[in-house]
Amino acid sequence: MSQDEILEGVTSTEYKYGFTTDFESDNLPPGLDEEVIRALSAKKNEPEWLTDWRLEAFRIWQSMEEPEWANVRYTKPDYQAISYYSAPVKKQVNSLDEVDPELLKTFEKLGISLDEQKRLSGVAMDVVVDSVSVATTFKATLAEKGIIFCSISDAVHEHPELVRKYLGSVVPRTDNFFAALNSAVFTDGSFCYIPKGVRCPMELSTYFRINQAGTGQFERTLLIADQGSYVSYLEGCTAPSRDENQLHAAVVELVAMDDAEIKYSTVQNWYPGDAQGKGGVFNFVTKRGICEKRAKISWTQVETGSAVTWKYPSCILKGDDSVGEFYSVAVTNHYQQADTGTKMIHLGKRTKSTIISKGICAGHSNGSYRGLVKMGPRAEGARNFSQCDSLLMGDGCGSHTFPYIEIQNKSAQVEHEATTSKIGEDQIFYCNQRGMDTEAAIALIVNGYCKDVLKQLPMEFAVEAQKLLAISLEGSVG
Amino acid sequence: MADGTSILKGINLEVKPGEVHAIMGPNGSGKSTLSSVVAGREEYEVTGGDVLLDGESLLDCSPEERAHKGIFLSFQYPVEIPGVSVSNFIKTALNSHRAARGEGPLEAALLLKKMREKLELLEMDKSFLSRSLNEGFSGGEKKRNEIFQMAMLEPRLAILDETDSGLDIDALRIVAQGVNALKSPKNAVVVITHYQRLLEYIVPDFVHVLLNGKIVKSGTKDLALELEERGYDWIKKENAGK
Repeated sequence: MSQDEILEGVTSTEYKYGFTTDFESDNLPPGLDEEVIRALSAKKNEPEWLTDWRLEAFRIWQSMEEPEWANVRYTKPDYQAISYYSAPVKKQVNSLDEVDPELLKTFEKLGISLDEQKRLSGVAMDVVVDSVSVATTFKATLAEKGIIFCSISDAVHEHPELVRKYLGSVVPRTDNFFAALNSAVFTDGSFCYIPKGVRCPMELSTYFRINQAGTGQFERTLLIADQGSYVSYLEGCTAPSRDENQLHAAVVELVAMDDAEIKYSTVQNWYPGDAQGKGGVFNFVTKRGICEKRAKISWTQVETGSAVTWKYPSCILKGDDSVGEFYSVAVTNHYQQADTGTKMIHLGKRTKSTIISKGICAGHSNGSYRGLVKMGPRAEGARNFSQCDSLLMGDGCGSHTFPYIEIQNKSAQVEHEATTSKIGEDQIFYCNQRGMDTEAAIALIVNGYCKDVLKQLPMEFAVEAQKLLAISLEGSVG
Repeated sequence: MADGTSILKGINLEVKPGEVHAIMGPNGSGKSTLSSVVAGREEYEVTGGDVLLDGESLLDCSPEERAHKGIFLSFQYPVEIPGVSVSNFIKTALNSHRAARGEGPLEAALLLKKMREKLELLEMDKSFLSRSLNEGFSGGEKKRNEIFQMAMLEPRLAILDETDSGLDIDALRIVAQGVNALKSPKNAVVVITHYQRLLEYIVPDFVHVLLNGKIVKSGTKDLALELEERGYDWIKKENAGK
């Protein structure tokens, strides 16, 4: 990418993706009870087992308390004030010509015109706008390899055996408050299945976007990599600016069977609220993967958005010799709060995990790394390496690290390194003297600091992530 | 300075295109402060006088604007920027200079060609480009990297702040060779140094002695030799009465 692009990004003052698109919606009235769930399930024409599954989740959710242990402060959402279903009215789409032109304009503003994407980048997109998939591309190419990539609603009808077997198998409905809520009311999301021994020929990409005022979004993603297969999955998010807080409680489940590899990358840029801390998205996400023998799951995330983030992409290293990785950059600015990290649960022998977490805090924000490394009793010879770095900008922000380590096997090795640093005046002056203005200097220094994480991202995504870092930190050093 | 100490008290120095000036002086005489003030470091307040480039004052210009106008400072202690490669750093620097002139970024192939040429001049291996800026560099590598950047940016006025410190004789020769190759009738170099040694390689047209924030004596190359032989005490004595 050119540095000019960073500069251009840095000098734009408003949240870049703060626009909304008008198109007709088919909404359920606000509120949540069993009737609403039945209505939602009926609207989606779901089989009975799924309706029952949702209702059970709802009952579980009702018995749970919203968690308060995270290092974040916010006003709890009124769950009865949220509408749990909103879908763009035109939903039968066979080609781009049939897609709502307003929607296409939205994509253009985001710089992801589907046409362009189709022609140029070879990225298949399953686009979720307000809970229902409206366009899926490249299906045919993927189908040749036997790869299934579709909305989870379609998967419920077309591949019920897979959905029924794996839905909730990694993140059970009882897992936590937000996962239970999601299980009860999830409207759509992505489903992906890679058959045995197949290497997915392209990056699979989903663009999430929250669009309907007052609508929470509850995506559900289920990704299954069968034995010896490989897939790289990209998730990118932007949202229009809104004054009221928007709740987002997604669940992502990954299943990596023997010798399979899943690379899951996220660039998250939801509306963080304005400079005074007003508005912004609440992002309470449960992401977890399970690794069978010799399987590998790698989570990479660049988190720059949301007013409140609560997110711990995790790996259950069940199979012997399986590998889990977590690479994270979390930026908070203004009044943003993030409590994020990972859990590496080592169950199998010789399992390995790596955690690289880079926190950047500016303004009056608060960033926390919270991570669990657990070595189970059978985890003979398991190893973990964790590195948690924080970079502080200015003196109004806070950075915290909460590492939890549980070891039940004497042969396991756990290493934890942590640093906290500030961007030095000397570094900035050095860059200034070479002709860079201060914003560009910070962008360069921050990108260098995050390099170990950014290099894990696919090329196009890394470019976008670099821009986001620059935009997110604009004005953070006076 | 921010703490109220006044460091520079009487500098009158005119550098013309094509000239090489040396500024010498004992520790604490204000040599590095002078270079910081010219480059626009904010912690120094200019309470009087002016810094002019082509007759225009630089005092209201930010450090990056001064850089765009052609001021280059080779740092005595170059900073480390972890994770930023030498090539990415110089590309960003060069393109910000180009942007200031209203030009687009330099084409990748041309940039690479230019970097290779300059590396050769300084007898540096191209693996240098992918290393993290100054991280784990030896003293000599840091200084060569400074001159490499100078070669890439082609400044009108280059100030070399104690570029010779920490260099062995071979590195010194290479650095001097680089500086000499970049000399032209259009640009000028100010060499700040303790020792005469560097001046054997980069021959100055003028030598100035800085003492307690003032230029107390100016001369030719012979003055540097005299300082080498006699030290600074005789100049201190000469000025004690003034």
